[in-house]
Amino acid sequence: MTTSKTTPATTGLAPEAMKPAVKRLTINHVSRIEGHAKVTIKLDDAGQVTDTQFHVTQIRGFEKFTEGRPYYEMPSITSRICGICPISHLLASSKACDSIMAVRIPETAAKLRELVHMAQIVQSHALSFFYLSAPDLLLGMDFDPAKRNVAGLLAEHPDALRDGIVLRKFGQQVIERLAKERIHPSWTVPGGVNAPLDPAAREKTLEELPAAVEIVKRTIALWKNTLDGFPDEIDSFSNFPTMYCGLVGPDGSLRLYDGKLRFVGSDGEIVADQVRPDDYATYIAEATLPDSYLKAPYYRPVGLADGIYRVGPLARLNVADRCGTPAADIELAEYRQRLGVGAARRIVQSGFHYHYARLIEALYALERMQELLDDPAILSTKVRAHAGVNNLEGVGIIEAPRGTLIHHYKVDDNGAMTWANLIVATGHNNLAIGRGILQVAKRFVDGNKIQEGALNRISALVRAYDPCLSCSTHAMGTVPILLQLLGPDGEMLDELPRQ
Amino acid sequence: MTEKVKVRIDGEVIAATAGQTILEVARANNKYIPALCYMEGLSAVGACRLCMVEVAGAARLLPACTTPVQEGLAVATSSPQLQSYRKIALELLLVERNHVCSVCVSSGHCELQSLAQEHGVTHVRYPYNYPRLSVDTTHPRFVLDHNRCVLCSRCVRTCAEIEGAHVWDIAGRGIGSRLVSELQRPWGEATSCTSCGKCVQACPTGAMAEKGWGVEEMTKKRAVVSRLTTMREGM
Repeated sequence: MTTSKTTPATTGLAPEAMKPAVKRLTINHVSRIEGHAKVTIKLDDAGQVTDTQFHVTQIRGFEKFTEGRPYYEMPSITSRICGICPISHLLASSKACDSIMAVRIPETAAKLRELVHMAQIVQSHALSFFYLSAPDLLLGMDFDPAKRNVAGLLAEHPDALRDGIVLRKFGQQVIERLAKERIHPSWTVPGGVNAPLDPAAREKTLEELPAAVEIVKRTIALWKNTLDGFPDEIDSFSNFPTMYCGLVGPDGSLRLYDGKLRFVGSDGEIVADQVRPDDYATYIAEATLPDSYLKAPYYRPVGLADGIYRVGPLARLNVADRCGTPAADIELAEYRQRLGVGAARRIVQSGFHYHYARLIEALYALERMQELLDDPAILSTKVRAHAGVNNLEGVGIIEAPRGTLIHHYKVDDNGAMTWANLIVATGHNNLAIGRGILQVAKRFVDGNKIQEGALNRISALVRAYDPCLSCSTHAMGTVPILLQLLGPDGEMLDELPRQ
Repeated sequence: MTEKVKVRIDGEVIAATAGQTILEVARANNKYIPALCYMEGLSAVGACRLCMVEVAGAARLLPACTTPVQEGLAVATSSPQLQSYRKIALELLLVERNHVCSVCVSSGHCELQSLAQEHGVTHVRYPYNYPRLSVDTTHPRFVLDHNRCVLCSRCVRTCAEIEGAHVWDIAGRGIGSRLVSELQRPWGEATSCTSCGKCVQACPTGAMAEKGWGVEEMTKKRAVVSRLTTMREGM
């Protein structure tokens, strides 16, 4: 029978881990993800990795307990799924409600919604890159785990960390200026937004934008110089062919707030384009996996086995023809030139490059903010449409920071919810994360010689996707990722629990 | 001729008219007594028990909204004991049904929420009841969410005493009491409802709201409802 031991927060492997006689050991937790997960690694007799499983272990049941609620409450209810990007759920939900009301929201309302979304993209991408992943990326995967965190970053790369803090603060403050609250604002409503843009908020944001752009440009330059230090990670972090999905505009350019779905194959060929939100279910089906509360969406036309696709920054930049803003397009061209392969379009395949793609998107978001704020229509006071129930079903899709977010509602004649389906970014990426864990485990985990750095790479792979597991299952509680190493007979050899 | 009396509220001698309630006299003289079910212009029912006061010589606490003043009455509107009881009353209201301010249309404009804040209710000391309650969405313009109803009966009295339609009643007893429209008909099918919306405006929480408003958006015109009585009395 195995034994267990809990170690202090700052240590890596427990001392017992290094002794072959001990069958189970406890390793310090992996943090810096949003939500809960467990990873199981199975070994053969020779101690080599044979299989892995990615379990998301909690459920909250938003789709069920919202039944009976008035549909127009859905934005505020579903935004409570997550405190990191509540704006995403607010927007997707509001769009689904717009569809139920059958209204075309005022032009300015759409621009304001996109503006707050861009602010959210900036703050969320800054959070992912600087706060969650930079300890791995700038300090190194094998850096002392006791210092591989924001505090360590402060000691080693204070300028980069300061940039991250300033950038995230900028995004958060723009959200606050627009929506009055940084987290869970009530500003975005079915039919538009409930207050016009304050001209002073516009001026202040325009004043601060150039500094934010400089931070992102500086960080992209830093990352381009750092990237080559991770050849093994680039090679093994979900570096396999999948399909990709994201919203694009009518001209195929990147869209984050509004657009139609495009799916491209692993070689970059477009397999479905300009898919209306209402038709998403023709292309996306959801499978239920054992041992995980997170469903696994797949590309319906080819089935579960071959229908694995990815969403999020990496996927969006693979799907779009261009960003549509000047500086981001220059960076996109270099990114594709440097990392892309494929005939139909240059596809960037390694999941490690989510980080790079995230930075390019942050630049795009800032440029788009500038465009929106420069538009005189942004100050119009006509920002809301009112209507009752005109459709009994509505779908709202946006590109959340982590990927495509779908809210699909059905209501009765009186507007009471009868059914809801939410497909969040991490759900779309579920199969890819699972397969990516197997790839990285095979590369770095040796059952006879487990190193903390190897296990950290598994967590880093998960982090590259910036998964929001609390969104994906709408989970609650503390935030662990639990790694379990199982022998051929299923006995637990190693465990990496969050304390 | 109306009889004048002198009462003492929190030590201050105040001239009042016989027949006035303690709450009316107190409010007319800027003495604050919290209340939830009381609304100016409606009859008083003493349902919420938040306006309980200490009356000298009385062995128990008395509701200020239904206790008439009399000569020499001495009232204490605030004391540690009263504060404690009021806090308990608020906590019991909060645990009885499903009050979730974060997603409520009336958050920020809710009398229950304000009273809870005012009394320092940062948490509740009793287990939540979590009843499974319905939302009546059948009316084309308004919605009734039983989860947020505190059974103050302001809607019942507004409809009966001001509008004269008497659509609403309280059915059942004790914790099983429910607001019902027209003898258990769905609100949208209540033939006596004139859709005037005064019940919605009188509701102190988000239990009754206009359809279509999002979280924090439902502000109510309670003073308008109260003023109707005053204006009619003057006619």
